[in-house]
Amino acid sequence: MNKKSNIAEIQNQTEGFDVEKIREDFPILHQEVNGKPLVYLDNAATSQKPKSVIDSIEKYYRGYNSNIHRGVHTLSENATEAYESARIKVRDFIHANSTKEIVFVRGATEAINLVAQSFGRNTLGSEDEIIITELEHHANIVPWQLLSQQTGAKLKYVPINDNGELVESEYKKLLNEKTRIVAVGHISNALGTINPIENMINLAHEYGAKVLIDGAQATSHTSVDVKKLDCDFYVFSGHKLFGPTGIGVLYGKEDLLEKMPPYQGGGDMIKMVTMKETQYNELPHKFEAGTPNISGVIGLGAAIDYVNKIGLENIGNHEKQLLDYANQMASEITGLKFIGTAKNKTSILSFTLDGIHPHDVGTILNNEGIAIRTGHHCAMPVMEYFQIPATSRASFSFYNTHAEVDVLIEGINKCSKVFN
Amino acid sequence: MFDIKDLYQEIIVDHNRNPRNFGIIDNADKIIEGFNPLCGDKLKLYLKTEGQNIADISFDGSGCAISVASASLMTDAMKGKSINDAELLFNSFHNLITNENGADEKSLGKLAVLAGVKDFPARVKCATLCWHTLHSAITGDKETVSTE
Repeated sequence: MNKKSNIAEIQNQTEGFDVEKIREDFPILHQEVNGKPLVYLDNAATSQKPKSVIDSIEKYYRGYNSNIHRGVHTLSENATEAYESARIKVRDFIHANSTKEIVFVRGATEAINLVAQSFGRNTLGSEDEIIITELEHHANIVPWQLLSQQTGAKLKYVPINDNGELVESEYKKLLNEKTRIVAVGHISNALGTINPIENMINLAHEYGAKVLIDGAQATSHTSVDVKKLDCDFYVFSGHKLFGPTGIGVLYGKEDLLEKMPPYQGGGDMIKMVTMKETQYNELPHKFEAGTPNISGVIGLGAAIDYVNKIGLENIGNHEKQLLDYANQMASEITGLKFIGTAKNKTSILSFTLDGIHPHDVGTILNNEGIAIRTGHHCAMPVMEYFQIPATSRASFSFYNTHAEVDVLIEGINKCSKVFN
Repeated sequence: MFDIKDLYQEIIVDHNRNPRNFGIIDNADKIIEGFNPLCGDKLKLYLKTEGQNIADISFDGSGCAISVASASLMTDAMKGKSINDAELLFNSFHNLITNENGADEKSLGKLAVLAGVKDFPARVKCATLCWHTLHSAITGDKETVSTE
């Protein structure tokens, strides 16, 4: 099983992509955990941060920490400039029309809740229907369950098949003129399945439904073009995109955001407040009440710069190589069952081992310095479908290496040894 | 650094593979569920009491090796014990895996093999799920026990 071949070394250095050089940009990767070099394979939970992101945050706090949009002093002007230029970076990154369509929020979760409450609660009634899928993260289930309870709207689920793919024919059957909202993940966090969102958006629009895409797992792996997709809302989190935690993005089509009432009231989201009433600020500020996560936004901007420098195409290519290699190596392990075998998927290896609970796998791998996620991955309906309590999930990023896949495989083999 | 074998000792691996007292007691007078929402471990305890004694005890459910072995060892240890002794054992066991000063390992007998858990803080709840469930069954304060 020890195939630590030269091939791995060569594969790490495909043209224009030097993974060892890239790893130098990530300070956290160069440490030992439990006496072994850290092998970080929990990227679907959160990604690591390059120096440039960490530096940008430090530079802000050391050099120009100040509140935005109100001060006339230099520090405030600099902070406002950095904050708003990050918004431009986000706009370009997802190919939106306008910065008015880019709302900064705490993360994908808050963005979905914002849409459910501000858009959904004000437009849906008991005759209406919401469609989500069995593949969703809880963040794209619970806000819609709440909305369904609040409005009486019916919540329907697109089923999945044994490969962990959405059953498109069933989706078509669920759609009708009562469908108001379709909310679907771009990529499954539990299985890595890339969903056919373009087709799903087009079909939903035929019935006049609005579509929210949960892109939390997508922006770090693939290029996103909201105009081409024609989605009505697209949400993602900064921390999965090599940026800081506590910052995320809601993209919404301008005409929709314009009609939606504010989600929260407070400072910065107003034009004028009298004791009788309030005139709301323009987009996107209408949805950004209170002092925002300024350092988070600046860090997210730096993360986008970094990703652009490496190139999403290079990232995708390297990750595909890693996944193919991991799949090939893992398929030789007796008792290993792949969970999620979609044709179209990102670099997530979700698996179970015969007779060994994922929690035990996680502990044994951790002792080898390997960080993976074990559990239901906040996607309990997916576990329900496969009739398992949990899986072990290794999720690869572009800074992972073929040698790290070898360490993972050795670790999995060690699990079998401990239990036999 | 800890040797993984300190945690997964032979007895634990064996009790995970062949859990003792696994199944339903038909005439149980107490049935209580334990749940760890973090990892999804589920456990049901069946108790048959006679006066102040545990006449019979069993469990079923699904979980990791630590939680299954812990329930298997616990149910083995509890058979025929008085409820008072069961509570004392509960306290000793709790000390064993949370208190670094250790506990009276002699009184714990086979249960002491779970001592390795204290070096793996993330796994303490796996080992204690069945114990908290039993504690609740005895004190009768809840129908479902959650580790959270």
